[in-house]
Amino acid sequence: MAQTQVETDNAPVLEIRGLTQRFGGLTAVNDFNVKLMPGELSGLIGPNGAGKTTVFNLVSGFYQPSEGQILIDGVPTAGLKPHKVTALGVARTFQNIRLWNDMTVLDNIRVAQHYRLGYGLFHAVARSKHYQEREQEIAQEAAELLEVFDLQRFANEFPKNLPYGTQRKLEIARALSSHPKLLLLDEPAAGLNSADIKELIRLVRWIHGKFDVTIWMIEHHMDVMMELCTQIKVIDFGQTIAEGDPDKVRNDPAVMTAYLGDDVI
Amino acid sequence: MLESLIQNIINALQWGSFYALIALGYTLVYGVLTLINFAHGDVFMVGAYIAFFVATFCLTVLGLPGWVALILVIPLTMILTSLVGVTLERIAYRPLRKKGAHRLYVVITALMCGLILEHANLAIFGASRKAFPALIEVQVYNIGGVTFTNLKIAVIVTAFLVFLFLHWVVTKTRIGMAMRAISYDKFAVPLMGIPLDQIIVFTFILGSGFAGLAGLLFAMSYPVLEPYMGALIGWKAFIAAVVGGIGDIRGAFVGGFLLGAVEIMVVAFFPSTFRDLISFTVLLAILTWKPTGLVGIAQTTKI
Amino acid sequence: MLQRYSVHLTLALSGGLLVYLADQEYLSLYTMSVLMFMGVNVILSASLNLVNGYMGEFSCGHAGFMCVGAYVSSLLGVWLFAKDKVFGAALLNPEYALYAFPFVILAGGVAAALAGLLVAVPSYKTRGDYLAIITIAANYIIISAIENIGAIGGSRGFMGMKRLVNSMEDIIELPWMPIWVFIFTVFSIWLIRRYVSSTFGKGVSAICQDEVAAEIMSVNTNKMKTITFMLSSGLAGIAGGLFAYILGYVNPGSFNIMKSTEVLVMVYLGGMGSLTGSVLSAILFTFMLEGFRFIIPLANDFAHQVHLIPDGYDISPVWRWVLIPLLLIVLMQFRPEGIMGNRELGDIFPRLKKFYRFK
Repeated sequence: MAQTQVETDNAPVLEIRGLTQRFGGLTAVNDFNVKLMPGELSGLIGPNGAGKTTVFNLVSGFYQPSEGQILIDGVPTAGLKPHKVTALGVARTFQNIRLWNDMTVLDNIRVAQHYRLGYGLFHAVARSKHYQEREQEIAQEAAELLEVFDLQRFANEFPKNLPYGTQRKLEIARALSSHPKLLLLDEPAAGLNSADIKELIRLVRWIHGKFDVTIWMIEHHMDVMMELCTQIKVIDFGQTIAEGDPDKVRNDPAVMTAYLGDDVI
Repeated sequence: MLESLIQNIINALQWGSFYALIALGYTLVYGVLTLINFAHGDVFMVGAYIAFFVATFCLTVLGLPGWVALILVIPLTMILTSLVGVTLERIAYRPLRKKGAHRLYVVITALMCGLILEHANLAIFGASRKAFPALIEVQVYNIGGVTFTNLKIAVIVTAFLVFLFLHWVVTKTRIGMAMRAISYDKFAVPLMGIPLDQIIVFTFILGSGFAGLAGLLFAMSYPVLEPYMGALIGWKAFIAAVVGGIGDIRGAFVGGFLLGAVEIMVVAFFPSTFRDLISFTVLLAILTWKPTGLVGIAQTTKI
Repeated sequence: MLQRYSVHLTLALSGGLLVYLADQEYLSLYTMSVLMFMGVNVILSASLNLVNGYMGEFSCGHAGFMCVGAYVSSLLGVWLFAKDKVFGAALLNPEYALYAFPFVILAGGVAAALAGLLVAVPSYKTRGDYLAIITIAANYIIISAIENIGAIGGSRGFMGMKRLVNSMEDIIELPWMPIWVFIFTVFSIWLIRRYVSSTFGKGVSAICQDEVAAEIMSVNTNKMKTITFMLSSGLAGIAGGLFAYILGYVNPGSFNIMKSTEVLVMVYLGGMGSLTGSVLSAILFTFMLEGFRFIIPLANDFAHQVHLIPDGYDISPVWRWVLIPLLLIVLMQFRPEGIMGNRELGDIFPRLKKFYRFK
């Protein structure tokens, strides 16, 4: 297997070893390995049902793997609930936007900082000094984040009333508000028109530069992937079938077969 | 020892039959509408009262012999009770549904409808209990120390026949397939040209009709009627439906018979005041162990 | 400055006025008890709203927790401060009853909160209608358990709490029950409001709106559910304790599913996730309940006078329980989201926001 990324001597942000996930008789992910280095912007592609989202679900702790290990910054996540994994520095977006629709945009951002609120029921009820300081900091940070994302004018709107593209953007902003080291984007361009997609490409690149974050994304729009990612991994039926830089992947016969079928070539 | 076991099994089957017949009404409506029809226990009570009035009318006004009266009472009770169910659907649930109210508001409305049925009955007919007239002569059989009556057997056989009938309706008929389709996707079904409202009305007819039948059988077995008779048995039947796996006909019967069995067993070994305590604890344990019921499919969240 | 404290001031004044009126016996005993039950209902509906409205679960067994609170605080109070045939002589000098009373009520709340675990733990894995059944079953289990404990009266109930109330009034001559009900009602609302309006508490709304997203966005859903269920059932326990001391008598039958249904109705009538809605609907519902007590006999007299109904027939007071549900059904047809929806008073009358931050 081609080992990429050897030049940095940093520890990987995400390391997956021999990850396997079975649902009953179905093996959704089979012996999957990956190493993401800090600052990498990498992609995961594959035909529908290839197991991409399952990998993300495993990384974010939503499923417990049948076999294999996931390490975030060297820390194994086995047995951790998703909120603990998030606290380790993983944030994600969803294929179908999952914002809290009856909460204001600002609150969406604030609640996503739940793990590092630093106070509990007692402080919340007593409205202690500590509580007030923390709430102020959180509100401040949320407001700044909205401003950075140019969403501040929607601060008191409800997400369900925002245009689709803005909701996507908000979801990414919400994910970033938990200060992730690793950001998982699950089909961020799904449902966007071509203008929105151009905007998204700019946004992802800008986030990658501005926030000190490693990005791993799933996307069906090849142009998005080709333009953004330095590394792409292709999976089909849970198996890794190709990996490398966009050009290499694009011309890989196995990828062609997976996407288009045997008889095309 | 063996006799008492068989005796208990027969009693459990009879109790379970009542629970199962009521539980299926909950399950049918839930399967189609994901609505907990909390008025259903009281529809059962109304069924028993309808049976009472029809039977009294047949016996005293028309002067019919008991078995002829029974032949008339069965369909009439079922039809009239299903009318009650459909009326509730039409005046209370459907308008709310059409307004797009939160699901739970419909549930609360159902609770209110139950209260109205109970107390209207109490207010109109008073608190005095009604004695159900004997339609057929109860024969007591005694085989090897096990006693049972023709009525008990009839109740159990009816429950099984109803189960077979409903299973056939749901799996083999077009309308049954439409019912299942609605439970999968309420939005796509009307687009496929299936008349949603008609299916829902049909579901209520089935559920309430069999609740009426259960009411009749219950009144014949325990011929004392009172307005609150449906409340507790209704709640229990609902719990039975969920323990079996709500939305599934088989679940209603499994849960109903299970609850019947647990209750009879508890009464056999403990003071009868422990019945609710132990049976509910058992049900709670089952639900904690299998949260979606015995025959229910585990819920999966897709992201 | 005055604006900021206007709510506190209003509360203090109305509380003081209430106590004054009760003390001077301007209000009849009946009026006082209706007002006190109103307070109890406010606590009940607001606390259930925490679970059913804010967290989006469907708990139908609130009266069960109320029952735990009622029994624990009754038993504890009587055991400590009153001579009773179950417990014998008072353990402590009844002179301390007044100071210990809030702790007795709180102890009931704590016990009810622990009983709340009965529902909180299954809620980790289950939600929606399946959890609803668990709450109904929990309600039945609690009641049946108490019915089967003969030592505390079983289904006949338990009494003796009036002695404690009397000894409080012996110490300082004030109408203590209205005072405590008022204090605990304000306390409950205050507690819930502060909880749900903090970012910490908004995790509860996040669970309601999208539990998967909440868990993945770092909300510890199990912990939040436990806290919320325990808080909710704990407050129900406090309401139960007050209820027991107002009546001076408890029996398991008064905490059955029917009582839970009443609380459910108050929550959904007020609007899911609206605290002011819960308060308003509890007040409205109590009025309705009591109002029909008078309206039905009046209607009966009137109907007799105009010969609408035959002499031998009277309109039964049972019609109350037909008319109230009917009225509620009609109300829901017109406002299928409850009186307030998920809004607070401040959203409807923005001017009120000058005086009070509702969220």
